[in-house]
Amino acid sequence: MGKTLFDKVWDAHVVKQIDGGIDVLYIDRHLIHEVTSPQAFSELETRNLPLFRKEKMVATPDHNIPTKDQHLPIKDALSKHQVDRLLENCAKYDVELYGLGHPFQGIVHVIGPELGITLPGRTMVCGDSHTSTHGAFGAIAFGIGTSQVAQVMATQCLLQSKPKTMRITIDGELNKGVLAKDVILHIIAELTAAGGTGYFIEYAGAAIRSLSMEARMTVCNMSIEMGARGGMIAPDETTFDYIEGREFTPKGEAFEQAVAYWKTLHSDADAVFDQEYHFDAADIEPMITYGTNPGMGIKIKGNIPERLAASSQDSFHKSLDYMGFLPGESLMGKEINHVFIGSCTNSRIEDLRIVADYVKGKKKAAHVQAMIVPGSKQVEKQAIAEGLDLILKEAGFELREPGCSACLGMNDDKVPAGAYCVSTSNRNFEGRQGPGARTLLASPLVAAVTAVQGKIVDITEFLN
Amino acid sequence: MEKVVKVLSRAVPLSNEDIDTDQIIPARFLKATSREGFGENLFRDWRYNADNSPKESFVLNNATYEGSVLVAGKNFGCGSSREHAAWSLYDYGFRVVVSSFFADIFKGNALNNGLLPVQVSEDFLQELMETVKLRPDTEVEVDLVNQSISFNEFEESFEVNSYKKECLINGYDDIDYLVSIKNEIEAFEKQAITI
Repeated sequence: MGKTLFDKVWDAHVVKQIDGGIDVLYIDRHLIHEVTSPQAFSELETRNLPLFRKEKMVATPDHNIPTKDQHLPIKDALSKHQVDRLLENCAKYDVELYGLGHPFQGIVHVIGPELGITLPGRTMVCGDSHTSTHGAFGAIAFGIGTSQVAQVMATQCLLQSKPKTMRITIDGELNKGVLAKDVILHIIAELTAAGGTGYFIEYAGAAIRSLSMEARMTVCNMSIEMGARGGMIAPDETTFDYIEGREFTPKGEAFEQAVAYWKTLHSDADAVFDQEYHFDAADIEPMITYGTNPGMGIKIKGNIPERLAASSQDSFHKSLDYMGFLPGESLMGKEINHVFIGSCTNSRIEDLRIVADYVKGKKKAAHVQAMIVPGSKQVEKQAIAEGLDLILKEAGFELREPGCSACLGMNDDKVPAGAYCVSTSNRNFEGRQGPGARTLLASPLVAAVTAVQGKIVDITEFLN
Repeated sequence: MEKVVKVLSRAVPLSNEDIDTDQIIPARFLKATSREGFGENLFRDWRYNADNSPKESFVLNNATYEGSVLVAGKNFGCGSSREHAAWSLYDYGFRVVVSSFFADIFKGNALNNGLLPVQVSEDFLQELMETVKLRPDTEVEVDLVNQSISFNEFEESFEVNSYKKECLINGYDDIDYLVSIKNEIEAFEKQAITI
């Protein structure tokens, strides 16, 4: 029997198997940030353990940093302390660090791919659930807790039960105005917020193959939102073209050799998955969420359901009460006061281009606060080089400096209690963007149109 | 890690489904650099009003309910990988979370901190939830060695990986084991595909 892409990469990293069917899994690259690493460094110290493979680690602050005036000292004392601890720990253990102001700084899941740290066939972890993003390159990448961060620091390995495999195939061609974000929101709405739990997903089919690397990252990024540990896409020419020539990618002959190996990283024709789903791209329309988990999504033109098979009526109603919506209601015409474009899901150059392309020559609605936060210093630099910053400024958008920002509201970038925010981020949980904030997840295009119209509209009517 | 063998305690019922780690511990309380003290902000926004006064309707503010067992709706711990969620539950005093379904990363984090996730059938969960709500003095017994959970006349067995069970019973961490096989890891590195 053939092997799946997941099996090929996983099996190549198993050091040994122990009791209970648990594998000792070798990790090729470890990304760290300021929020989930300090306790792991402390654990090394408490146990008097050295850092095993510092050259396989990269650090950057992203979760808890301001997105304004990054050249100045951080004002919030606790945030400053946490970022300082990252700096001290990286200096002490000699870990590669891209601190504030460094040209490579950014959201971990944006900088890994753009620097060529993320490569097909690698195993990658980070103390952040959206590590699944890197699977877009055919890597096995997943989020871990801080105890596991310490384990990787000490041994470059983790103890893991091998997840089951799932393949999601999307055939056909995507409709106009439908972006990768709509694809993944559609899938999660169909499979529910727990539908992928216990699985590692492979995304396949013509619609997936047609996506750029940025778009593939958006899809894999949200695998965790259906409970899956990760998602991956077999590498192809699109992948190799993206990778070639980046800061840390193999060069010259080494690159050619790597490509030859990467071309073997696909599911064999006779590989068997534990679970398979098929979707038709033609059925996917621009999406938006109405509830408090990412599985609560609808076609933007559609109505909120009367009930949800995945939830008890009690939980469903609690969720709608929080959002201020009613069962069966349409979201068309709902006034929106906040638009957030950013996060590891949608803050790459392609996302900024989509927004700028739509808002060029237009103005945001007067009552909307529109914030756009690039995923990295490199994205910011590219946006400026292309003049996107001026277009966005003209349209009334505030372009901030790179970081996780209002995706999780750890810094000052919060949505006020009760306010609605159309957001390109990944989670619409209660209070995620600030206590009482109400988040509606959507694509960068939906977000851009919403900012200009000031309300939820059928975006397809506004596209050329 | 503290050993876990048997827990006999009253329980706290929290019937919400899909309780995500942002509810368990909101991101703005993740700024600490040690593992201690997160219990204070456990379920912060459900537990306290904006002016920091307790929300009387929330179960943790209801003195009727107490104990080291949390009984929660399905898909508990979904969302972020923040281990702070497990730390905050443990720091508050919980030693067991009972639900009909757990998110993967949370489950792993809980096991790495001596917090036992006990996955039961939906029927058992509903029976337990209703019983505890009506009779707060109900005692729940969780026996890790026999992998069983019981209250009144009800009993169900639960799954736990045999390796993780040994770790919990003996108070071992994964890191102890991994450090002990460093030679094998180094040998693996010499023959592995490295790109």
